[in-house]
Amino acid sequence: MIHVENLRVAFTGRRQVEAVRGVDLTISEGECVALVGESGSGKSVTARSLVGLAGPNARVEADTFTVDGRDARAFAARDWRRLRGRFAGLILQDALVSLDPLRTVGAEIGEVLQTHGIGDRRDRPQRIRQLLTDVHVPEPERRARQYPHQLSGGLRQRALIASAIAGGPRLLIADEPTTALDATVQAQILRLLAERRASGETLLLISHDLAVVSTLADRVLVMKDGRVVEGGDTRTVLVSAGHPYTRKLISAATGRRRGTTTEPGDVVAEATALRKVYGDRTVVKDFGVTIRRGEIVGLVGESGSGKTTVAQLLFGLAEPTSGHVRFEGADFSGVPERARRPIRRRLQLIAQDPLSAFDPRWTVRRIVGEALPRGADPEPCLERVGLGADVLDRYPRQLSGGQRQRVAVARAIAPRPSLIICDEPVSALDVSVQAQVLDLLADIREADGTALLFISHDLGVIRDIADRVLVMHDGRVVEQGPVKAVFDHAGHEYTRALLDAVPTLEVSR
Amino acid sequence: MIRAIARRVASGAVVLWAAATAAYLALLAAPGDIVDSLIGDGADTPQIRAQIIAEWNLDRPAVVQYLDYLWRAAQGDLGRSYLLQRPVGEVIGDQVPPTLKLAVAAAVFGVALALVLAVTTRHRWARRASSAAELVIVSTPPFLIGIVLLSVFSFRFGLFPVSGDRGWAALVLPAVTMGLPIAGVLAQVLRDGLDRALDEPFAITARARGLRERAVLIRHALRHALMPAVTMLGWLTGVLLGGTVIIEQVFGRPGLGQVTLQAVGNGDMPVVLAVVVLAAAAFVVINTAADLAYLVIDPRLRRS
Repeated sequence: MIHVENLRVAFTGRRQVEAVRGVDLTISEGECVALVGESGSGKSVTARSLVGLAGPNARVEADTFTVDGRDARAFAARDWRRLRGRFAGLILQDALVSLDPLRTVGAEIGEVLQTHGIGDRRDRPQRIRQLLTDVHVPEPERRARQYPHQLSGGLRQRALIASAIAGGPRLLIADEPTTALDATVQAQILRLLAERRASGETLLLISHDLAVVSTLADRVLVMKDGRVVEGGDTRTVLVSAGHPYTRKLISAATGRRRGTTTEPGDVVAEATALRKVYGDRTVVKDFGVTIRRGEIVGLVGESGSGKTTVAQLLFGLAEPTSGHVRFEGADFSGVPERARRPIRRRLQLIAQDPLSAFDPRWTVRRIVGEALPRGADPEPCLERVGLGADVLDRYPRQLSGGQRQRVAVARAIAPRPSLIICDEPVSALDVSVQAQVLDLLADIREADGTALLFISHDLGVIRDIADRVLVMHDGRVVEQGPVKAVFDHAGHEYTRALLDAVPTLEVSR
Repeated sequence: MIRAIARRVASGAVVLWAAATAAYLALLAAPGDIVDSLIGDGADTPQIRAQIIAEWNLDRPAVVQYLDYLWRAAQGDLGRSYLLQRPVGEVIGDQVPPTLKLAVAAAVFGVALALVLAVTTRHRWARRASSAAELVIVSTPPFLIGIVLLSVFSFRFGLFPVSGDRGWAALVLPAVTMGLPIAGVLAQVLRDGLDRALDEPFAITARARGLRERAVLIRHALRHALMPAVTMLGWLTGVLLGGTVIIEQVFGRPGLGQVTLQAVGNGDMPVVLAVVVLAAAAFVVINTAADLAYLVIDPRLRRS
């Protein structure tokens, strides 16, 4: 269906960027091919080039570029338009922004039918209903009249898929179709994609996650810096990866446990019977935790489980409706901010997205320097997180994602805190960078005895770094205990569902 | 719903009261004597002065006069014009239609032109030319635009009347003069909004359905671009209110602008106060309309 040789895509503009530098790609009828790589590897650009959507500033060149048996190099805008939606459907990452937020999902699906003149006006509602049923959306009639923000993440993504398959395309291109979703929802969407494939659709899957891809793809192409570094049958690539980069991705996907030998010390923070009510919704119910010096406590849960509210309560950003927070032996909830301020320095936060947690007009020197006594040199702090003096005078946006998160760690450890609350600290990072930041956090715990409360939706990350874990569901802790015990013998059905939903990379050797 | 409306009405009333009070204080502080304004060119004797003071109740303390004014205004009685010796409601009422006609025509022309410019000039030279023209128009004072239009279309080609308010032809040049700067600003805002919306993932999804670029623009991006434009409705009201004063002068049109100028110049307090309250009311109405427009455009802002 698609045959490309030596695909090159460059973005012209103030700065010329070669995003894709010579990719060969063949997709045959009925196949599932996966493009795997980290951000900036060129995988999305490659996929979009296949439907002529690389962007207005993109220059696309290839030695051979056959789409549906025709030479795409000679395509005019009209030729591309006829293929889009009809020959190939595109599914993007987050339906909240990939569907027009101002239009109902029914209107979005209907637009495909209208554009390609499928059916007439009268039977369109019937077709929309059928499409939503095909992707297992319950109550399709009601859902069709709703807007994307009124649907849950899973339903939204299904609606997006329904709009992509509305024109009956033979090829589905899915660009990180499950990345924005919770684990259990991700599992459902992957099942749906597998179903589409079983019904004869050809699938091109783009993902940063080898584990996600391994459950679906026949063939895998690993991309790095705009080139395919390794490709072949999925099993073969996973079992006998030749390229060091592929091996790095595999090891990142299988994870590595970072244990400790230090025993937990004195109690640093303690929360008892925390309850938080917003309006008529109880967001946190009866939450309790004791965190000791040198401990890493994992807090895992899906979006809406209340874990972020817990972080806010512990951090003193929100007052609990009832219950108490104590920090370093002093009351931390129910007291005025003035009373908290002297010990605030001992409690630090690392946020998911450092780019929005830093003042964009501040240099790294100032960002880290702010957390230090006046006049102190920020360089040793940066050295500890593996950054050189060369980043001191740069601005946050001039750093890579990994460097930025290292700066966030440097800022957090600068005042020598006894507890750092890490809210999804590696979720926005590429897997290989994730591993480095986890190493860094484990080292800091080991060296300083700093306690960490590690909040994440990613069970794999929790397994790799935490000593103990609390599983939250609907505002309640449903299970807790040492990581190994909880992961190997989950007692609560929700924990088991969560664990089952995580795609695992099975590499038999 | 009812509570939301009640809150709106209450805050609108507060705005009107604040505007009336501020204007009252400003006029009180302004130089000149009310009795002088009332006498005008008439005979000036101590008896006449005493008579006027008694007739207009000017001997009461300022606070009492202010409260009296508020009380009557709340009942719809805006007092009598000192200068014209007619009820203020009548004086203003006569002048509202021509001004409203001009303001609506200018707004419609400005918004329509902005939409056409933003949507049709998307690429290369057309975009650059349009953008440059908009900047030039925005940075030119309106009276100058009016004079240029007058000298070209009225004096030179005689296409439109030079002054007055007879028929639709007389409306064209003033409306264009006032509408052009509006179009200039709004076109820039809309273009910027379109650029941003077209970069969003949903625009890529729409293109991936096989839509023409024009359809992506009109059906998807335009609604997103309207949001920041709606925010500027308040500004638009200000431009229209301030603009009419100048434009009516340039084109010799009757209207609120003329009346306001006269009233301010002659210290005709009741008329000035009424104009201020009217302007504040216009702001309240337009801003309420803007808030409603947000809800119509963006379903995410509606409470489920």
